[in-house]
Amino acid sequence: MIFVTVGTQLPFDRLIRSMDQWAHESNHDVFAQSGNGVYKPMNIDSMKFLGVKEFDRRVSQADLLVSHAGIGSIITAMEMSKPIVVMPRLARFGEHRNDHQLATVSKLKELNNVFVAESEHDLGNAIREALDHTKTELNTAPTARAALVTSISDFISSDKVRLASDR
Amino acid sequence: MNDLRVSSPNVKKVLAVASGGGHWVQLLRLREAFVDTQCTYLSVDPEYESAVSPCVFYAVPEANRETKFNLIIAALKILFVVLKIRPDVVITTGAAHGYLAIRFAKIVGAKTMFIDSIANAEKLSLSGELAVSHADVMLTQWQALSVEDSIEYRGSVL
Repeated sequence: MIFVTVGTQLPFDRLIRSMDQWAHESNHDVFAQSGNGVYKPMNIDSMKFLGVKEFDRRVSQADLLVSHAGIGSIITAMEMSKPIVVMPRLARFGEHRNDHQLATVSKLKELNNVFVAESEHDLGNAIREALDHTKTELNTAPTARAALVTSISDFISSDKVRLASDR
Repeated sequence: MNDLRVSSPNVKKVLAVASGGGHWVQLLRLREAFVDTQCTYLSVDPEYESAVSPCVFYAVPEANRETKFNLIIAALKILFVVLKIRPDVVITTGAAHGYLAIRFAKIVGAKTMFIDSIANAEKLSLSGELAVSHADVMLTQWQALSVEDSIEYRGSVL
């Protein structure tokens, strides 16, 4: 099953419409959390929003996630060791307030479970590539996270209002 | 009272705040930092509570600068929680809720840390920009966005 999500905040009909067409052509089983869009998919099952537990259940059953380039979706895929295809929202289509999702994908495509579809036109290719992807160790940054957690802990326990110098 | 843990003067009261979606997911990636504290979480969805149980959790309305009414309700609730908890430290991963929380934190003398979302890889978020002059510690998750003496890079949630 391929699980599609547009996140919780804004509609993203360009992605839902494209996945609806793709599912029709490819005969894949697709389910979408489709958000507050106006487009009604005809070839895939969808719900506007899922609760946290149902969302997690769908993700854990999925072979692949297809998503807007939201950091929540990317981290969720990472934590559940799932490949994810991300398509950035673009401000010129009214899909977000700005184009920061372009910056997100340009940096986070380094993660080896993240596949980028710049637009609906390369969605199919990105999905094929992601489905062919053989699972390897995720190349996350555990040391960067440990460092951040340590800095927060130090800040909490210290009586100072600044972080100690890291030099 | 909802707190069975023994309060000692050394156990810090922490209020951890995030807006919904990716902001919340990033806050959860950092929860190890809060284990030895008396921690309260605040976000936007009552269903989020299960992820941080047995910590105290407050849900306030989802809001951003385009949903003015929700923003006012959220602000009042955040203010209420800050006054009730009287945290020693407020930590947030953004966005609007986090900005409001670190502003209200100063009323009770709490020190504050704003961690800008990792989604903002090329420039700080709007709420981050607003927070720079108010947070005691302002962090970016991208080395390239750090600015001497004001915006620090100390790692990322990845």
